[in-house]
Amino acid sequence: MPKAVTQILEQVGRKTVAWVEELGYAAAIFFESTYWIFRGRKVTQPVRLSAIFQEAAEIGVHAIPIVSVLTFTVGIMLAIQGIATLKTFGAESKVILGIALSVTREFSPLIVSILVAGRSGSAIAARIGTMVESQEIDALRVIGISPIRYLAAPLLIAMLIMVPALTILGNFMGLLGGAVYAVSEMQISLATYAERTLEVLVVDDIRQGLIKSVVFSVVIVLVGLINGFQVKGGAEGVGRATTRSVVMAISLILVTDMVFTYFMNR
Amino acid sequence: MATAAVKENDVVSPPAIVVENLVTHYGEREILKGISLQIQAGEILVIMGGSGSGKSTLLRSLLGLLRPSAGSIHILGTDITTLDQHEFRKLRRKTGVAFQGGALFGSMTVGENLQLPLREHTRLDENTMRIMTRMKLEFVNLAGFESLMPAELSGGMTKRAALARAIIMDPKLLFFDEPSAGLDPVSAVELDHLILKLRKAMNTTIVVVTHELQSAFGIADRIAVLDNGELLVTGTVEEIRQSNNPRVQGLLNRQPREETLSAAEYMDRLTSYIVD
Repeated sequence: MPKAVTQILEQVGRKTVAWVEELGYAAAIFFESTYWIFRGRKVTQPVRLSAIFQEAAEIGVHAIPIVSVLTFTVGIMLAIQGIATLKTFGAESKVILGIALSVTREFSPLIVSILVAGRSGSAIAARIGTMVESQEIDALRVIGISPIRYLAAPLLIAMLIMVPALTILGNFMGLLGGAVYAVSEMQISLATYAERTLEVLVVDDIRQGLIKSVVFSVVIVLVGLINGFQVKGGAEGVGRATTRSVVMAISLILVTDMVFTYFMNR
Repeated sequence: MATAAVKENDVVSPPAIVVENLVTHYGEREILKGISLQIQAGEILVIMGGSGSGKSTLLRSLLGLLRPSAGSIHILGTDITTLDQHEFRKLRRKTGVAFQGGALFGSMTVGENLQLPLREHTRLDENTMRIMTRMKLEFVNLAGFESLMPAELSGGMTKRAALARAIIMDPKLLFFDEPSAGLDPVSAVELDHLILKLRKAMNTTIVVVTHELQSAFGIADRIAVLDNGELLVTGTVEEIRQSNNPRVQGLLNRQPREETLSAAEYMDRLTSYIVD
């Protein structure tokens, strides 16, 4: 076999092994976290409530303004595009359906998750990475504290609560944004718009978005954690891990979104 | 004086640490090549060696942060290479570690740092914990610094605070990673004095890993010299000074280790990267 081919094969092989290893690592963190969440209290090592609240405030509460603004903007954008496109068929009234479905099923969970990945996923990687570098993780372990219970489990719980919660907020703000533009463009009242939105929206649409947001929250936490825990090489390594976690989380969010959308709409 | 204390202890208590044929790997590379070592209860043993000697790896193995490829490590009578997480946790209550950079939790105050082990392992009330924190900070001359953040401490203060955290549970066994590294001479000596004072006050077994000769000679009952993953000699300060092992002498006289390669080995190393 020519040398170039073997080299490429070797590269592909190495990358694949590295990916599988990382996937295994993420799975291990996930299962250990769930162990501590459900069994921790029994072995008198509960997951700290105060940490959950603190993380939830950081991940969720502090993201409320930016999530509101962005989803509102996306709502308006959808309305503009929707009305412009549907006008060519003379079906502007259908824009309400278009906005309602695309916001709840797709845009709200997606925008919220990407935002949280950028804001909090990167922060997780940076914080854990710094702790690895300064031996704080080792210090936890020698004190007899599992870093997974102490750091990872609260993050997981906080993320699982806050991302879906932000998605619900995003749904509302997105629909509101769409409504504000559509109402002025189509000369109908806000009440009529709301009524018709509620007519077309079914529980399943909201549920689809929320299921996705749950999956995305797990992705964000695990990607942040594996990148943080594997940090090597000082401040530069922490920087690299942070960047990598954002790129990796957003890519995985988009891919899993596609897969879930495909299976949930069959 | 120190040796006398050790001899007394020899009779009554079993060794605090017994390491047998410890081998560790980093990837394919063998780091520790079959280390055997006994540390008596109540003694101060200094593990000495240059960088790359494997002393940090040995420490990480003793702390249970690194799984060895072969061999056994008995700490206070239990083999830590076979312990599960929960059993190990019990043992952790009896050991303390002061890391090189302190490793104080940056998001907590000094006081909270000290109280963390108490909160995790005991059900003491807040007042008792506060008193214990104060006592340990007093011991390391940092009383009144409870509410400071680690970032506000100087290098020497950080190390002393880390020592205070390490001894908060009154451990039987204390590990110290490079106590004098990065400190000015006065702070370094201060810390050495603290280590001696600690042993006197609580009869703690203390394992110190360092590359600082002066500090090692100042505090050690016995010194174990590590080089290239092997234990060269173990002995009292005097025995180490008088050792006629050339590598030990090289280390003491700060001579770089000379690599002895045969011509064939040298050629082999040069050409090993060439692939036909």
